[in-house]
Amino acid sequence: MFEAFVFYLLATVAVGSAVAIVLAKDIVRAAVWLLGTLGAVAGLYFLLAAYFLGAVQLIVYVGGTLVLIIFGVMLTGRSPWARQRPSRWEVLAAAVTCSLLFGTVVGEMMGAGWAGSARPTTKGQTVAELGRELLTTYLVPFEAVSVLLLVVMIGAAYLARVERR
Amino acid sequence: MFAVGLMHYVVLSAMLAGLGILVMVTKRNAIGILIGVELVLNAGNINWAAFSRYQVGDAGGVIAALFGVVLAAAEAAVAIAVFVNMYNNLATVDVDRASELSG
Repeated sequence: MFEAFVFYLLATVAVGSAVAIVLAKDIVRAAVWLLGTLGAVAGLYFLLAAYFLGAVQLIVYVGGTLVLIIFGVMLTGRSPWARQRPSRWEVLAAAVTCSLLFGTVVGEMMGAGWAGSARPTTKGQTVAELGRELLTTYLVPFEAVSVLLLVVMIGAAYLARVERR
Repeated sequence: MFAVGLMHYVVLSAMLAGLGILVMVTKRNAIGILIGVELVLNAGNINWAAFSRYQVGDAGGVIAALFGVVLAAAEAAVAIAVFVNMYNNLATVDVDRASELSG
């Protein structure tokens, strides 16, 4: 009962913030509403007993990616052409298409009928379990992501360098 | 309705994905499009975590969501670097004005 209340509260915050991102006229406000969505998703991870994932979401997504997005907004400025918005018919057509997509996905998922989907099957993973899995079963993706992060750091630093003319 | 099950998370994830696609389509600022991409990625990660908890029962889904967070952060970093370059060259990040390659 309490879990349902918390789930609906977090889901409302997440979806409401996403709707606010769609309706935001200013890019800075859209970034702040993204903070609302990311925080609600972190809360949902805690509700799903994925505590490490929730903490990583807060540290990496909210404290890293969102701050990076706001850096990007401040570095790229808001040009005068940004005031022109897409026409109403474009937004309406896009909204209808996304609603159809949502309806199709949910309709197919409802008909799938996964067994035992009303009660959780595990008590949640501890950090020790996750660490052991990362270093035994999922070692190759772990190392691949490490190499990817190195490449991304070098690439982003090279792309954003200041050129001396 | 009162016992939160798998379908609750699936419907929420589908809603976030649909709204993320709507953000991608309706924003002309390149960083607005990046925000839409982040919404879609978060929706996918919610699916991973929910299926790991309610259906499969092991840590694989949570680890996939962890990798998803890491990859999304890396992609956002490179995207911001590209947008800063675009701003240095075109004086705007409006994607409608980045049309030099279109015939």
